[in-house]
Amino acid sequence: MASSRQLMAEPTRVAAPASAGRHPGDAAGRAWLRRVVVALLLVTLLLPLLPLAVSSVGQGYFFPQVVPETIGLRALRLILAPGAETWPALIDTVVLAGTVTLVALVIALPAGRALGLYRFRGRHTVEFLLLAPVLVPPIAVAIGLHGALLRVGLTGSMAGVVLVHLVPVLPYVVLVLAGTFANLDPDYEAQARSLGAGPVAVFRTVTLPAIAPGLATAAFFGFLVSWGQYALTLVIGGGQVVTLPILLFASASGGDTAVTSALAIFTAAPALLLLAVNAWAVTGRAVPIGGVR
Amino acid sequence: MTGIDLRRLSKRYGDDVAVDGLDRRIPPGRITALLGPSGCGKTTTLKLIGGLIPATEGTVDFDGQNMAGVTAERREAVMVFQDHLLFPYLTVGENVGFGLRMRGVGRRVRRGQVDTMLERVGLPGLADRRPQELSGGQRQRVALARALIIDPRVLLLDEPLTNLDPHLRDGMRELILEVQRDLQVTTVVVTHDQEEATVLADRVALLFDGRLAQVGTPRDLHDRPATASVARFLGSPNVLAGIRRGERVATPVGELTVPHGALTDGPVQVVIRPEAVVVAPSGGPNIVHGTVRAVRDLGARARLVVDVEAASITLDARPDALLALAVGSEVSLRLPAESLWAMPADHAAPDGGVGIDHEHAAAPARPSTDVPESPPPESPPIDRRSRTDIRRP
Repeated sequence: MASSRQLMAEPTRVAAPASAGRHPGDAAGRAWLRRVVVALLLVTLLLPLLPLAVSSVGQGYFFPQVVPETIGLRALRLILAPGAETWPALIDTVVLAGTVTLVALVIALPAGRALGLYRFRGRHTVEFLLLAPVLVPPIAVAIGLHGALLRVGLTGSMAGVVLVHLVPVLPYVVLVLAGTFANLDPDYEAQARSLGAGPVAVFRTVTLPAIAPGLATAAFFGFLVSWGQYALTLVIGGGQVVTLPILLFASASGGDTAVTSALAIFTAAPALLLLAVNAWAVTGRAVPIGGVR
Repeated sequence: MTGIDLRRLSKRYGDDVAVDGLDRRIPPGRITALLGPSGCGKTTTLKLIGGLIPATEGTVDFDGQNMAGVTAERREAVMVFQDHLLFPYLTVGENVGFGLRMRGVGRRVRRGQVDTMLERVGLPGLADRRPQELSGGQRQRVALARALIIDPRVLLLDEPLTNLDPHLRDGMRELILEVQRDLQVTTVVVTHDQEEATVLADRVALLFDGRLAQVGTPRDLHDRPATASVARFLGSPNVLAGIRRGERVATPVGELTVPHGALTDGPVQVVIRPEAVVVAPSGGPNIVHGTVRAVRDLGARARLVVDVEAASITLDARPDALLALAVGSEVSLRLPAESLWAMPADHAAPDGGVGIDHEHAAAPARPSTDVPESPPPESPPIDRRSRTDIRRP
């Protein structure tokens, strides 16, 4: 019998569960191995934060010392004070990354659909051009774009920074969505139309549930890439748009190690939180969308 | 009841012609089958009628009204895809009620109609299940229920029985016939299977390479094929080239009396269905003698290939009569005159008279595209890359 079609092609699973039933020992060993791999991943992700944490509470902490002489919360108090410039910077960074992600998704949805679903002449060229900004150093892009944005009066504004952030963000978002759309069977959308669903209803009832995990991943990538931008924000923002990375770099060149470390943790924390949420969402909820099996 | 008119309907993908100037009326309230080999443009035609893809040229009219400006979602022409395409994250009930929801029908009313419709297709009480929990046959019934619940003007069925196990086909076929008779909805069925077309449809339109090869009742196509290609696609390998003089036609297997079909003197092609040939006849006209080349047991029947002169005749009969025959033995066959059918000769020279190997026929240009009953070129029903797949044209 011909196998049933699926709304989304099922991703291939890495672990083969076929033999698990026959060799219970193998299954247990594999589970153990998986735990080790996950632990190693967590360690490599989190270990670099440890020295940061130590130095953020250090006072009079200099090179040959392994641990600081005295421990104090001066740096944390400084950056978390109600009037500290970290708070407006945090808001700016969130608003900026959020706006950039939204704009990128709006552009990337049709682009990713075209790249994922259709075969057309020049598709590979388009893919390469999309990736090009990732291959070029951001500072080169920033300086090149600065002249252009200066002419249209967008330097030193949030709008200008949003525009320039799209340059590194769009490639990730478009390519993730292209991969998602490549697994979508467009006949399901045709079926919905045939049953009386207009374009909006088709997107809401068929397309969106099907691409939701990919959309979440794309948004996550877009948000993080924008979150971590420094050179582009600095050059185009011209000091008017102050994000957390701008504060961090300014502090790093200032020489107060404790404050810089505390700021680094403050900058990384939301990203790590988002990573955890996304990992849970993608692995936990993707299953029911995988279609009929 | 909605009558459909296809007016010079064409669909091209680049240089690939999927549907080539279909010009035909599809009668209201009946089942019409679009029959043809894979890649002949049947499913594309169905999608054109349903408005799911735009036509390159020509129009589709419903009751004389041009549908060009009417989008798929407002056409009331529901397509049931070959693979049921139930939405996996909705329950069975939500799937069936999908069309009603899109039309703003309230939840309570919807639930009532869904339950009635599920009962109608023989699946009562399954509304809260997930499509994943159903069998293939049940899913196909849910897909049919989902299409019928909105009381469509036109029902478009794409290979409704193909993906079902053989023992489920009879039930599904009866269900389709029953609901269609009750609802009198104009129905177009796409199939590559002649038997399916015969049992389901009042009229069959045979499509080769995006063009109509012949339109008629299933019986017309079966007994009176318009061309050798039609005859071969419908399972008659016995196509003999001949020259007609009055009632008699000189063929490679001898002179035969052929009272039906093309009656003009000159080159003709003569066809006889394998099941009409009589083995070891007691006497009568149109008797030929040959040597058994092959005996095949097909289960319910057996097939015999007999070399007669320079040609060969294929015949089917009850296994007990044929399986006793040894390869190489002499056998007499009668080709009953009432079962012989003469067709106008193709433009291309036929292949030595008998066409088991019909793969080598030439394909001359067809003189006219808008007269479906006129003989089309020799276009063998070979499998071609499907053109209906938009994703990978």
